[in-house]
Amino acid sequence: MVIDGVKPSRVLIAKPGLDGHDRGAKVIVRALRDAGFEVIYTGIRQTPEMIAAAAMQEDVDAVGLSLLSGAHLTLFPAICKELKKKGLKDVLVFGGGIIPDEDIPALKKAGVDGVFGPGTPLQTIVDYLKGKLAVAK
Amino acid sequence: MPSKVNPQDLIRRVKKGEHAAASRALSIVVNDDPSSEALAKEFFKSSGSAQKIGVSGPPGVGKSTLTGRLIGYYRAKRLKVGVLMVDPSSSISGGAFLGDRLRIMEHATDKGVFIRSLASRGMIGGLTYAIFGAIHVLETLGCDKILIETVGTGQDEVEIASVADTVLYVTTPSMGDEIQAMKAGAMEIGDIFVVNKADLAGQDKAIADLKAALGLGHSAGQAVKAWEPPVLATSAKDGKGVPELAKELDGHWAHLAKSGEGRARLKRQHATELQFWIQRRVIKSALERVTDKILEDMVSRKTDPASIGRRLLGAR
Repeated sequence: MVIDGVKPSRVLIAKPGLDGHDRGAKVIVRALRDAGFEVIYTGIRQTPEMIAAAAMQEDVDAVGLSLLSGAHLTLFPAICKELKKKGLKDVLVFGGGIIPDEDIPALKKAGVDGVFGPGTPLQTIVDYLKGKLAVAK
Repeated sequence: MPSKVNPQDLIRRVKKGEHAAASRALSIVVNDDPSSEALAKEFFKSSGSAQKIGVSGPPGVGKSTLTGRLIGYYRAKRLKVGVLMVDPSSSISGGAFLGDRLRIMEHATDKGVFIRSLASRGMIGGLTYAIFGAIHVLETLGCDKILIETVGTGQDEVEIASVADTVLYVTTPSMGDEIQAMKAGAMEIGDIFVVNKADLAGQDKAIADLKAALGLGHSAGQAVKAWEPPVLATSAKDGKGVPELAKELDGHWAHLAKSGEGRARLKRQHATELQFWIQRRVIKSALERVTDKILEDMVSRKTDPASIGRRLLGAR
């Protein structure tokens, strides 16, 4: 039974750009819901501005980006920039999708804290978020 | 989330219309954080001017999409719109998938629209205990219309009638015959009925069934209604019927203002808000004192729910 008074962490899962493959994003949404997070999903084909506005209005603790199109080096940093522009400096940004290892340093430099490639166990992502958000609170 | 906020500063910024401040204030109020009571008091004072429209009805009838259409309509009239969308929390994990927002992402970057998804967090009845606090923040933000979408659980989702000024009940052409429409519960609280997905076959019969059930006559002892709930057809998919619906919503708002019913509803809303406040505190404090020892005693029949319940409520 859920007792009023618990404060689950809130996570926005977003799919930026021209990529309709959202199976992965939905699997993450489901896993996080089952792990006790309140998850908001933006749906596909979102602009960085839309994602940042949703993150701001929902006051989320973390934003998870999923992209399989190859445009992550353009879109992920653009979203980090938009979040900062809206004053969301403490929001944890993580991402996943088809992302070559050699791109990870550039993404981290842009503000993406964690990058999870194909085959990452769901528990790894859940543990990562629980660890990071427990520290932040 | 940083918990250090200056309440006065936050309220000032919300009154100025700052979305970031409203968002933070909503979190504090919804989470019942330590500073929430001071904030909620202030927000309550500056609230009470917006039309609160409840959007209710079974899951999948198009409540979110229709809400999106109404936002578009109000924005064309340059009205400021606040949206609260409630989805259920898992009774197992406590988590939630808040999936209404994605239906109205076209309004995401509009500065005249503020959308917030809320989890029901254990409340039954299609809403959340924090709903009033959230409404007051949006009223302080200067919203002219506040759309409140309920979980959409079904026949007994009636709490919305003590929260909203106008209740919109949404159904579709394939939701059953007039017997369904005659049942008590959600069907009794609608101020305006909408048969959505009017692009599907069966629209005319659905409207006829609804009208028939609503028009079965007044029961003995029941006062003649000053407001006869209209039944409309819409197609949220292509926007058909939305201007007509908005006109009825305005009509009901005007009716509330001049009939005295508006004041009666406001009082009912305040009574419910007070009830939520008390429930939240009494239930929480009592349940926090349920120990494993108590449950063990119940298993071995040393005590019973009435005796222990009384003790938990009395011992403060």
